[in-house]
Amino acid sequence: MASRPESPYDFERVLRRHALELPPLDIGTLQLNITKRCNQACRHCHVDASPARTEMLSDRAIEACLEVLARHAHIHTVDITGGAPELHPQFRMLVERATALGKHVIVRHNLTVQIDGDPATHTAMDDFPAFFAAQRVEVVSSLPYYQAFFTDTQRGSGVFAKSIEALRRLNAVGYGQDGSGLILNLVYNPVGPYLPAAQASLEADYKRSLFENFGIRFNRLYTITNMPINRFRLHLEKSGQYATYMDKLLAAFNPAAAAAVMCRNLISVDHDGHLYDCDFNQQLGMKILTPSGQAASIFDFDYPQLLARRIRFAEHCLGCTAGAGSSCGGATV
Amino acid sequence: MSSYYESDDLKKFAEIGRHAKPLADEFFKYYGMVTGQDGALSKREKALIALAIAHAEKCPYCIDAYTTACLEAGASSEQMMEAVHVAAAMKAGITLAHAIQMNNHLDKLIL
Repeated sequence: MASRPESPYDFERVLRRHALELPPLDIGTLQLNITKRCNQACRHCHVDASPARTEMLSDRAIEACLEVLARHAHIHTVDITGGAPELHPQFRMLVERATALGKHVIVRHNLTVQIDGDPATHTAMDDFPAFFAAQRVEVVSSLPYYQAFFTDTQRGSGVFAKSIEALRRLNAVGYGQDGSGLILNLVYNPVGPYLPAAQASLEADYKRSLFENFGIRFNRLYTITNMPINRFRLHLEKSGQYATYMDKLLAAFNPAAAAAVMCRNLISVDHDGHLYDCDFNQQLGMKILTPSGQAASIFDFDYPQLLARRIRFAEHCLGCTAGAGSSCGGATV
Repeated sequence: MSSYYESDDLKKFAEIGRHAKPLADEFFKYYGMVTGQDGALSKREKALIALAIAHAEKCPYCIDAYTTACLEAGASSEQMMEAVHVAAAMKAGITLAHAIQMNNHLDKLIL
């Protein structure tokens, strides 16, 4: 039988070439992707989220997540994402109970859902800044650039103006303000197949421009590399840029960024309760497998077994290891 | 169909060392030192200068390379377009400045 030709972007081979092994270090963060529904349908979205998606984390799975969090004190952070997680009917209950467990709760909030409301039910969602402040959650919000052109190109017409309004509302309840303790971090990601600018210099640009033009304050800017999967990969392939982008990621491989990949410190949970090494693997269906070959799930969460697992890598992992690195918390080196 | 400019040729830039590698090595070392790091000018400022020169010199490879480089240095589309206008204004100014030479010669020729 003819063997399959080796991919030039084989991540495991890149690791071997650099004599790198990347075993899990701990599980400090449980990242919950609670719905793929979103009021937006961004061109780069690795989740392929949109108003038409229906996936929701079940009540039973939410209870299992909370039970795992209660049982494991060293899982200190709950990172709630989607889709737009606010569109999950149990979102507020989940946040309140995770907070009550003493966990640091991060909500990946797309800003515009405050203004748009629920695309299906048209329920208003303008009270989220007050809710977030009351729960003292950390808010992490995408804003691909500090000007409208790049932002609207990627996230849809009018998104920049709505995002600015939503940021003003978050500032008004204390988010991003000195001394409030309410953390508002923004996320930059490139509008095309290129690497992010240096995080510190771009953060300074964002802070200056957003304050001078709109009076907006925030805490940190996270630069995140676009992952060559799903909707963004389709765009790359259609425009004939996939190989060029992958070559760029491969050429920019940074061993220090590889050592700092986020999958070594977190577990991602999908709407069915299955477990993954990260949200990108989740979107590709690359489930964590138990030693017996079964898909690992939140219903039989086994911390020691998960810590002993072998992380599943693939071509897209080059996105997290290029240049200054990329993670849900921005650059890693 | 063949062409004098093929976008894939941009990837072959390193091949300029094929027949004179030591010289190419020195060039790339110098090129990297000048353009690849912050100095008295930031990487972004250098990328914008290079983008302007790419237009003035009409180099399609450089325009592609430095459009990307400007984005990777965090430049805005307005900054990039202004850089091209600087190149255009310089080209216009240089053209018009030569009118002095024309006038000088005209003064010599006419009675």
